Amino acid sequence: MNGPHDLGGQMGFGPVAPEIDEPVFHADWERRALGVTLATGALGAWTIDESRHARESLHPATYYSASYYEIWIRALETLLERHGFVSADELEAGHRIWPGVTPKRVLHPGDVAGVLARGGPCNREVEAAPKFAAGDRVRTINEHPTGHTRLPRYARGKLGVIEAVREGFVFPDTNAHGKGEAPQHVYTVSFDGRELWGQGGDPALTVSIDAWESYLERA
Amino acid sequence: MTDKHHHDHHDHHHDNELDPFAARVKALETILTEKGLIDPAAIDAIVETYEHKVGPRNGARVVAKAWTDPEFAEWLARDATAAIASLGYTGRQGEHMQAVFNTPDTHNLIVCTLCSCYPWTVLGVPPVWYKAPPYRSQAVINPRGVLAEFGLKLPEETRVRVWDSTAELRYMVVPMRPVETDDLSEDELAKLITRDSMIGTGLPLRPGSLGPGALWPPQDVAGAAT
Repeated sequence: MNGPHDLGGQMGFGPVAPEIDEPVFHADWERRALGVTLATGALGAWTIDESRHARESLHPATYYSASYYEIWIRALETLLERHGFVSADELEAGHRIWPGVTPKRVLHPGDVAGVLARGGPCNREVEAAPKFAAGDRVRTINEHPTGHTRLPRYARGKLGVIEAVREGFVFPDTNAHGKGEAPQHVYTVSFDGRELWGQGGDPALTVSIDAWESYLERA
Repeated sequence: MTDKHHHDHHDHHHDNELDPFAARVKALETILTEKGLIDPAAIDAIVETYEHKVGPRNGARVVAKAWTDPEFAEWLARDATAAIASLGYTGRQGEHMQAVFNTPDTHNLIVCTLCSCYPWTVLGVPPVWYKAPPYRSQAVINPRGVLAEFGLKLPEETRVRVWDSTAELRYMVVPMRPVETDDLSEDELAKLITRDSMIGTGLPLRPGSLGPGALWPPQDVAGAAT
């Protein structure tokens, strides 16, 4: 979707303003927000793609005025409601009212180290041979799906070169909507700065994205 | 906290306990705990991991080894996930790693324009600016302007190579080894390698320039992350 999250090339947000000696967390609630987000992810009810889509589906005014942990929590409330774990009246009350859905699993303290060290690999076998090879010239598709996609707007309809052929990976555009992993080959595609940004673009700039095969056409 | 809410003179800006969003997160954690969906001790363990165990000191060990061991550097370039795992750094948001090497001609910069993808296993959780709109919007169109904000001025002819993490690959930059470091051990070299130098928004420190603000997080100065 052409949501508020798709930020590449937008203007007007002001300086980056890096913070000297930035602490890992700026408030205790950020610690809890990180922990709650990861622990509920371990319930196994939704995928990382569905959670990303929940975040980018926030209203733009909310998205742009929220810190990133706030974005996480707002999206998490949506996911917990959608999957029947928590209801709106419970969020209002701040306490359990209903039993709710039983999860596949709950993350126990003793399992945290192992779960974090294993992570969640999303590479998958793809039977078909990769359609493109390193060095091939490709054009990204110019599509504007209303659902989740990982092809940013600034890189749609652009000429690029396949820089690397990666493994097969879960396809976010289907997986985010419960339509299956449908894995595809992923490619690192590089673009000249002026192809992306016109004649005013930096002549000594190369930008790459990682693109699923169906985002690409031979050029 | 409930009692405090009945006071009418509290100031939301000076007490995180009274911040409305802090209350919202607290309520959510309470509901989930009451429902048996989370265990607060598991939350504590997650926080402990990313506040004190997993951070940029991991990445600094990787870079220092690449600077001193050509075979490791070659492995890191070819199969970063395995090379990094050999040092014990594996897991969440580091499942599929790619190391990109700065050269005299090319400076690498990593970004996630669509969300906040970041190589947690080697750099920890991302700083606020990395996840915020100014960096995410400008890194791909005006990277030199972004770098200037970090005090980094590159020669015009130096190619800027930006990696937008739009899929599940996670990138780390391997900066060039500073001059006059031939006598330094791998441990000493690791102390020169900042978080920002592995994102591409900075360069490694020069020997003798170690000082306040040089390392992150401060408590990991002694390499506690290993």
